[in-house]
Amino acid sequence: MAYSTEKLREEKVFKDPVHRYVHVRDRVIWDLIGTKEFQRLRRIKQLGTAFLTFHGAEHSRFNHSLGVYEIVRRIIDDVFAGRPEWNNDERLLTLCAALLHDLGHGPFSHSFEKVFDLDHEEFTGKIVLGDTEVNKVLLRVSPDFPTQVAEVIAKTSEKKLVISLISSQIDADRMDYLQRDAYFTGVSYGQFDMERILRVMRPREDQVVIKKSGMHAVEDYIMSRYQMYWQVYFHPVSRSAEVILTKILHRAKQLFKENYAFTYEPIHFTSFFNEQVTLADYLKLDESIILYYFQNWQEERDPVLSDLCRRFVNRNLFKYAEFDPAKEYKKLAELGSLFEKAGIDPDYYLVVDSSSDLPYDFYRPGEEGERLPIHLLMKNGELRELSRESEIVDAISGKRRTDHKLYYPADFLEDAAGEQDIIKKIRALLEI
Amino acid sequence: MLNDHAKLMQAVMVAGEITGRKKLQKMIYIAKKVDFPFQERFQFHFYGPYSEELTTRVEELCNMGFLNEVKEKKGGYFQYRYTLTDPGMEFLSLNEVEMPYLQDCLVDMNEQNARFLELVSTVLYFDNLSKAEVAGKVFTLKASQRYTEAEIDEAYHYIEALKEKAKLH
Repeated sequence: MAYSTEKLREEKVFKDPVHRYVHVRDRVIWDLIGTKEFQRLRRIKQLGTAFLTFHGAEHSRFNHSLGVYEIVRRIIDDVFAGRPEWNNDERLLTLCAALLHDLGHGPFSHSFEKVFDLDHEEFTGKIVLGDTEVNKVLLRVSPDFPTQVAEVIAKTSEKKLVISLISSQIDADRMDYLQRDAYFTGVSYGQFDMERILRVMRPREDQVVIKKSGMHAVEDYIMSRYQMYWQVYFHPVSRSAEVILTKILHRAKQLFKENYAFTYEPIHFTSFFNEQVTLADYLKLDESIILYYFQNWQEERDPVLSDLCRRFVNRNLFKYAEFDPAKEYKKLAELGSLFEKAGIDPDYYLVVDSSSDLPYDFYRPGEEGERLPIHLLMKNGELRELSRESEIVDAISGKRRTDHKLYYPADFLEDAAGEQDIIKKIRALLEI
Repeated sequence: MLNDHAKLMQAVMVAGEITGRKKLQKMIYIAKKVDFPFQERFQFHFYGPYSEELTTRVEELCNMGFLNEVKEKKGGYFQYRYTLTDPGMEFLSLNEVEMPYLQDCLVDMNEQNARFLELVSTVLYFDNLSKAEVAGKVFTLKASQRYTEAEIDEAYHYIEALKEKAKLH
């Protein structure tokens, strides 16, 4: 029997709190899950620093990747199978891409990629195509199979329908993370009727469409997404932790460039500081390693690095104030110079952080939008863009919400001996 | 602080005026690929490399009143024109960004049409592939644009010339 169609003698299942069970019958999928690159995802949290706000949010990218695989498996095996618009030859490719779509995520991805100018999608490609266990499994399917999988994940494949199952405005990735993140954070948002959505999904040549009868379930999904972004993903306390994390990495990088003699040599970071990261270096790093360094760096002689690490490890985070860049940028400059006078480095201790989300958008003919809209399949076979049918979705379509906050260490502004006048001015400007 | 916003404002300022959202996206992507320090991350979308972060920042800058966006009906579609406002100029004077040679590159790109920049950015996106493989990608993924071999050659020459301008060589 060909490896690509080989089935396990008995179905394997993973108990899952969101989908109850994740079912694996394909040998290729089982082998991919067993690779060291996929197992590494167990050591990378799905929500980064959110565990410092929502203590339950300790779930990993491993959980999520299995969840996305399971949703896609249900769609293609239970809903698409036998439909003329679906080519079942794409089944394994779709499942593999779903399972591996987040493979390149690094530890605390958001901050890490920003500081070291990396892109997890690029690393996903490198893992799939490079000298890895994942690549060896995929090569057993066919010589060009790794490339096919990498292209679907990178959205550079011509198989648009397959891409849309994993990456679109209503895809398996979002459907899993909304429910999973809601479950682990303990919030009541993020719930929607996924079973209903799956039942009304239909394959079309270049994207998945939704039967009109499922419109209200889709409305619920979009509103869930909106709530999750503002209540969980952009929570100001998680953002404070992320600000500190980013500054720790910046500080360590800066010290390395200045030939600072670290008491705890950052060997795992060297190639990142030198901007010559190899795939092997990248794969060695996970969140347990990062936290190990942060733990040690609390003892470093550099006062900024040790302070920031203590803040992160002990959750002594920055406080925040609302900030309007258009009206307050001069105030920000003034605060920066006052911080300097008070001996508090504004590069590390005065940070503007912005969050922005567009809950749903649609392509307007002739305009240069890039988001593929959700299409409803009407009874007469016609396709209608969702916001033209749904008043709820229409109300939020194309409307971006942005929030800017100014983060600062409130404790530094309480006891700066000898700089009382300056501290008073800072406190007045921050209105604290 | 707000450095990434300032870099985009600087780009619009040195270009003078940028017409078209697609053109703006491609110009910043190409500038990033020839080593100017723009931080926005790009993924492959309908028109080639596209950055949601860039879209967000541009919208933010418009909301802040630092960029001016004019929506114009042009034939059967809408087009957007971006210029720096006076408050934007003032903000930039307080948040200086040093990007020598950026003006030369962006002015040059601004003189090209969006269709050509879409091709150039697509070629750059696949710069890890051979020229023949890139051509294959262009013909498959950009079939509707009907690019020719000659245009692809031109894109390669343009990239080399731009790298010279950016002093990458």
